[in-house]
Amino acid sequence: MVSRILKRAYMFSLYLFLYAPIIVLAFYSFNNSRTRGAWTGFTFKWYLALFQDRQIMTSLYYSLSIGVIAAFVATIIGTLAALGINHLKPIPRTVIMNLTYLPVLNPDIVTGISLMLLFIFVRLKLGFLTLLLSHITFNIPYVILSVLPRVKQLDQNMYEAALDLGATPGLAFWKVILPEIMPGVVTGWLLAFTLSLDDFVISFFNTGSGVSNLSIIIYSMARRGINPKINALSTLLLVSILALLVTVNLMMSRQRHLKIREESE
Amino acid sequence: MDNYLISLINVSKDYNGAEAIKNVTLNIKKNEFLTMLGPSGCGKTTTLRIIGGFEYPSSGKLLFEGTDIINLPPYKRKVNTVFQKYALFPHLNVFENIAFGLKIKKLDPKIISKKVGRILELVSLSGYEKRSVNSLSGGQQQRVAIARALVNEPEVLLLDEPLGALDLKLRKGMQLELKAMQKHLGITFIYVTHDQEEALTMSDTIVVMNGGMIQQTGTPEAIYNEPVNAFVADFIGESNIFDGVMLEDYQVKIFDKMVRCSDRGFDKNEPVDVVIRPEDIKIVDETEGIFQGIIKSVTFKGVHYEMIVQAKNMEWIIHSTKMRPAGNSVGLWVDPYDIHIMKKVTC
Repeated sequence: MVSRILKRAYMFSLYLFLYAPIIVLAFYSFNNSRTRGAWTGFTFKWYLALFQDRQIMTSLYYSLSIGVIAAFVATIIGTLAALGINHLKPIPRTVIMNLTYLPVLNPDIVTGISLMLLFIFVRLKLGFLTLLLSHITFNIPYVILSVLPRVKQLDQNMYEAALDLGATPGLAFWKVILPEIMPGVVTGWLLAFTLSLDDFVISFFNTGSGVSNLSIIIYSMARRGINPKINALSTLLLVSILALLVTVNLMMSRQRHLKIREESE
Repeated sequence: MDNYLISLINVSKDYNGAEAIKNVTLNIKKNEFLTMLGPSGCGKTTTLRIIGGFEYPSSGKLLFEGTDIINLPPYKRKVNTVFQKYALFPHLNVFENIAFGLKIKKLDPKIISKKVGRILELVSLSGYEKRSVNSLSGGQQQRVAIARALVNEPEVLLLDEPLGALDLKLRKGMQLELKAMQKHLGITFIYVTHDQEEALTMSDTIVVMNGGMIQQTGTPEAIYNEPVNAFVADFIGESNIFDGVMLEDYQVKIFDKMVRCSDRGFDKNEPVDVVIRPEDIKIVDETEGIFQGIIKSVTFKGVHYEMIVQAKNMEWIIHSTKMRPAGNSVGLWVDPYDIHIMKKVTC
């Protein structure tokens, strides 16, 4: 009995530490007062101010467009890479997989600075393009790692069956391979998109004047003191990521339900 | 030669020096049910995959109606394959799986649904169009795989151990159905299996393979009754195989006994394999037999009894409808025409 209470208390405190800061942040985004610590009434004014702040809106546009494009390009490159890696012989595959893990484990600061040095070396002006390229680059390994398990599960005969039924290799990929690995591809895209939205360090080193994404703007705003607009912005980001997560989960569980229902018929 | 639908001429395939098949020459007639039979790793699947276009042979020729098709990719060959583990597309339902090949050929949707409907009837799966393939039983998935291949009206259907994953009763039913389908449609079937009974039941021609080489090609009767070597004899049905020495024509020495047999044409004193089928050994009184032995065990097998007899320090398998209890001393008799003499295989 006591041990059960202890277990519950342990779990409760664990999640409290995880979620309390976020709840406090969301809570204060509705606070009328500019200073924290005092609750002076409920308001939407910070949200209104947020949408009227042109600087923030521009950076939101940059963040979203970089996120979407970078995730898209990284998903294409990463998926093709995963298919190739799966066909390698064991030793080259181990080598390539370690080369894939390395950038994931590499500190962001190293990735960020090395990319910046590369762009300067090839005389690429730092700005939107370099920011995009850096995001594509750091996203590719994550896509590979989320697609590869699906590719490994593929029945090798499935591709041959498609060829056997008259499909050219390209058609076999579109009609059979891609639909089969789609869950991994979608996960890879979502992962890449959220990582891109979230990134600060690599972005900071690889963007030029005038092109700032959300994380950079929040950073520079925070240096001038915490503005309640940041609370509002963070809350909105949290809610949209949450919505994305719930949608994906719902979609997947509905697919599962359909399958189970068919099987029990 | 021009009458053959498919001819393999001296086809070899090696994987980094390890030879999967060696110098395989095989002619397949139109409308034939040909079975490649052999233990796993004998090269039968490799041969099938070469015909399907999934493997490129190291050397040799592959003729289809007289023209070499070795460089033709699988999607341009007039053959379709039923894969061992079905290889159905899980993201498509039964109808879409079967219509896959027809849709690629861009046939009219009306014709497609008519053809799919007819083929579903043939494999007795009418009404299953909308079902997901994962919700089907193994036997039903097998039928979908066969329908998916047959709906394209191939000239040749390749089947790679298609019944391997089914239970015994289902397998027997499907064997008969497949044979009936093949006769009804008039399509050439090339079938790969390691199950000798399956091969005997269905085939017009059996090709027995071992170690990447063809051991014997012939009708089921010929393969069973006249195996060319000890491997074939042992693989097709049960056999007692002993070492013997051919003394002269029609005379063979087995252990220390001279026995009459019906074979000739061997060298004098040539060592040979002597093969005797379990059902060809008769149990007689001790004094009347060629060999004397003691019954070690008796097992009831339904139609017959299987008795293990210890004679000449060897175990003999004997099938008979008459039972002698274990422990009895008996004589063993074999008629000369039931003694099969085979050249020793040097592998």
